[in-house]
Amino acid sequence: MSVSLPPAASSAPISSPDAGLNPVQALALSPVTMRTGRSFGRYWQHVWRMMAKDLRIELRAKEIIVVMVAFSALAVIIFGLAFDLRVPRPTMVVPGVLWGVLLFSGILGLNRSFSAELDHQTLTALLLAPIDRSVLYLGKFLANLLFMVIMAAILLPMLLFIFDVNLFQFWILLALLLGIIGYVGVGTLFAALTATIRARESMLPILLLPVMVPVFMAGIKITEQVLDGRNWANFQNWFGMLVAFDLIFLTVAFLVFDLIWEDV
Amino acid sequence: MTNPTPPLIHVQGLHKRYASKPILKGVQLAIGEGEVVALLGANGAGKSTLLRIIAGLMKADRGEITLGGVSMQNAGAELRRYVGLVSHAPLLYEHLSGLENLTFFAGLYDLQNSGARIEAVLQAVDLWRRRNDLVRAYSRGMQQRLAIARAILHDPPILLLDEPDTGLDLPSAHMLQSMLGHLSDNRRAILFSTHNLERAANWANSVAILTGGTITQYASPAMIDQDVWQGLQAVPRGKP
Repeated sequence: MSVSLPPAASSAPISSPDAGLNPVQALALSPVTMRTGRSFGRYWQHVWRMMAKDLRIELRAKEIIVVMVAFSALAVIIFGLAFDLRVPRPTMVVPGVLWGVLLFSGILGLNRSFSAELDHQTLTALLLAPIDRSVLYLGKFLANLLFMVIMAAILLPMLLFIFDVNLFQFWILLALLLGIIGYVGVGTLFAALTATIRARESMLPILLLPVMVPVFMAGIKITEQVLDGRNWANFQNWFGMLVAFDLIFLTVAFLVFDLIWEDV
Repeated sequence: MTNPTPPLIHVQGLHKRYASKPILKGVQLAIGEGEVVALLGANGAGKSTLLRIIAGLMKADRGEITLGGVSMQNAGAELRRYVGLVSHAPLLYEHLSGLENLTFFAGLYDLQNSGARIEAVLQAVDLWRRRNDLVRAYSRGMQQRLAIARAILHDPPILLLDEPDTGLDLPSAHMLQSMLGHLSDNRRAILFSTHNLERAANWANSVAILTGGTITQYASPAMIDQDVWQGLQAVPRGKP
């Protein structure tokens, strides 16, 4: 479908005093042309804009990363105090602490990603725009992914400091990346699903955490086995589970995202 | 002689329920190019629901809407280029400046030469000098003016305004009236809801009264029954 709006009736600069028009009258002469139709490049430009907007807002508002990092720091300190005297080797508990803290602090960020749009009703403006709604999903997904990666990058040194366990190992980092991708992929979808529910803060973890059990288990197993000095053959199946989870749930989330916004 | 062009907004037999409560019960409405229509009705009459369905933000249970002759049921995202919506909430990012807000939305609408257009709309709503201030620092009137700028940024042929005068001070209300006057050229349809009967009479060339889920009167302000005007005036807010 093509949409054609009237072309410029004048090339005079809008703010030019020579135009002899007040700004409201000049508006009628302001040219508006839009590129219509779809293209791959334009689709990703929209995704990029959506993500960049979220990053810029986060840099100013500091509503997501600061909260996630503060929560994870507190959780690591509490776990450190709780396990310090009871566990012979910290490597026995660190995998669970890492993935547990990651999941719970991630919930805080995911909850904000759509609720902030709803609080200011900007979601309405986004849904009015002539873009595929999957743009909204992918933009939010990429922004949330970046927030989670930043949070994980801060969490690992904290674990090293509190538990004296070095998690900066290739397979652990790869498992973290794959786990975070799957978590954020499903979490972004569920955050959108629960955004319009009054009890969204409690509904999101109730819905999301059971679905994340495969990621949680695979992540813990890989981390455990790498810390125990096992090789790739011992944990390759768990990587297979993480990759399969990411592929399946990202595809499903991408496909069903449009259906969420029938009534806003 | 019949008009060969279809109405820009054509609503036929529109029904909508919330839970089990019917809100809209067969709304019929046709608004052509150059028309400015005020939608009046008590709180809870379904004015916002009707506007949101026309804007594509809600699905109707039954009925059909065509915009410029194109059915909303079959249309994709491209049809949204036809519509601009001003709500009583500004629909703006508080942590972005006025300029950043408009630049972001211009990108989503794929506006070419967006810089000149953004300058034009910001000049028109008298916010060009404050363009780099964060929206959170704007007054309510300034936010609503920027909301209007966002809605008309892509020069939509259909402009929907849901109580745009709510919370506006007098100069902002005058500016809104002036803008509506200039925007109501013969290629655009404007539908706005309001509780202010005086503004409805002054701004619109037709008035549609939504009562009991249907449009019960649709005529020029002068032709509306005095009893109906008085009835609308007498309805207390919050008690439809």
